[in-house]
Amino acid sequence: MSANTVTAPTQGPAAESRTPHHASVKELPRISGPRPTRPVSLATLSRVEWRKQVDTRAGLWFMLSIGLVVAAVMVIMFFVQQGNHSYGDYIAGTAMPLSILVPIVGILAATSEWSQRTGLTTFALEPRRGKVVAAKTVASVVTALLSMVVALGLGAAVHGLAVAVRGADADWSLTWSFVGGMLLMLVLSLLQGLGFGLSLLNTPGAIVAYLVLPTVWSILGGMVSWLQDAAKWLDISATMGPLLEGQMTGEQWAQLGTSTLVWVVLPLAFGTWRVLRAEVK
Amino acid sequence: MISVNSLTKRYGAVTAVDDVSFEVKPGQVTGFLGPNGAGKSTTMRILCGLTPATSGTATVLGRPYAALPNPGRHVGVLLDASAQHAGRTGREVLNLGATLMGIDRSRVDEMLSVVGLTDKESNRRIRNYSLGMRQRLGIAHALLGDPQVLVLDEPANGLDPAGIRWMRSLLRGFADEGGTVLLSSHLLNEIERVADDIIVIGRGRIVAQGTKDELLRGAGTTVRATDERALWAALEAEGIVAQAGGSGALLAEAEPAQVGAAAAKHGVALVELRGADGRGLEDMFLELTAADAREEVAA
Repeated sequence: MSANTVTAPTQGPAAESRTPHHASVKELPRISGPRPTRPVSLATLSRVEWRKQVDTRAGLWFMLSIGLVVAAVMVIMFFVQQGNHSYGDYIAGTAMPLSILVPIVGILAATSEWSQRTGLTTFALEPRRGKVVAAKTVASVVTALLSMVVALGLGAAVHGLAVAVRGADADWSLTWSFVGGMLLMLVLSLLQGLGFGLSLLNTPGAIVAYLVLPTVWSILGGMVSWLQDAAKWLDISATMGPLLEGQMTGEQWAQLGTSTLVWVVLPLAFGTWRVLRAEVK
Repeated sequence: MISVNSLTKRYGAVTAVDDVSFEVKPGQVTGFLGPNGAGKSTTMRILCGLTPATSGTATVLGRPYAALPNPGRHVGVLLDASAQHAGRTGREVLNLGATLMGIDRSRVDEMLSVVGLTDKESNRRIRNYSLGMRQRLGIAHALLGDPQVLVLDEPANGLDPAGIRWMRSLLRGFADEGGTVLLSSHLLNEIERVADDIIVIGRGRIVAQGTKDELLRGAGTTVRATDERALWAALEAEGIVAQAGGSGALLAEAEPAQVGAAAAKHGVALVELRGADGRGLEDMFLELTAADAREEVAA
């Protein structure tokens, strides 16, 4: 009803097909050439999944807000201590907010199919659900990489400005181990978010679980002494810390590996299994 | 071409789909008719690989849906027009589909025009769409990949009468070009007007299926004569079972041709002779709905 009244005054092909008093519909346009016999490629699926992260108003704003938070951190640093921070310090300053925000990209990628029920379309167009999960992983990792690029770019701009305007000491040194460490931290956080999202298939639940987990560790660690020791191996927000310090000991790698297994690999595995079996309604 | 064999879906103690088997042939519109909650949507979701079946199989174009390569280019699916991200534009939904299926973007404009969504409407967020517009968008999405098979769950919901008529002729045209259409509805009238074949489902079980003509014909013949007693006798002599149909008419359990022949043989002049309007189908359908309605009251 409303569909008709909305465009009643307009003319043209669309309006014409809406007034079907001459009951026959014009012939359906066909696609020439043979029907495809090859499955949809992972690259195509990943492109579609990446686009789905930014083509809704909420998604676009969330992405922009990640950029805004990075910018805000740097602007604050610019005004603190005469902006006298090295390039690396500016980048390191964004690691904490980024590692909180970027995983939400993964959570939303996984849960929105269920909360918005778009899974009905997504999994009808690609019933190989494992492939959809893989595409979501690729697409969110791309976003994590982009956020790192944004941090590097804005950091360079702000540090350059601090040197030029506020007379800060120019220090452009940046080690590969630091950049690589931060990147690994972002990707692991993102995968953790994706794993939580896939496991819970519920947006608020996954976000709360993801954000509350480190707090729970610090509270429990404070109350129960033996948990403090366990936290060294299992509290992923603690085990990722050394990644930013530029060098990791063998034990720190082992601790990072253990906590990754528990909070990234297991949720991803369980979540994928759940998505493969779940009923899409 | 769709083939469903002994499909069963249980949720705990509830059997939502109970040993359902049917075929949907190309070149025809097949109506899937049943009251709400009869198992139509569950069957269709199983068919599209979205819900795992407890037992039984379903194939589309000769294979399980999940084994179709790039299924959007073979099967057009619309299961719930409202299952879209409210913050996405209608056009973007089609763009995503076109990218995924690997077809040209120009197809998006073609399909928008086929379903009668204007440029302006297509650029609005779906949150602002009426149900009718969502259905049109869903149909555009189902047609996007130029499929051979359409699976549509209650596509007429929310369409205005002109829209329903438009959709009917669209499906007719699609089937006439050799396409296969499975279309569900809880309204007998809607199915009756477009379907060639009808499958009736109630409480998870198929209660009737066949061509529309068969199902309607099954209702028998309404016949009336000036001499009612002579007509009774003639029918009885020819072994045709009949019952009083009200206002002097008889309801005979036979084809109009047989009834006419019986009357002629015994020299009974008829004043009315016609197929009994599919009352059988309607009665059966009402019975199904009434049984469920009673149950709801009891519960």
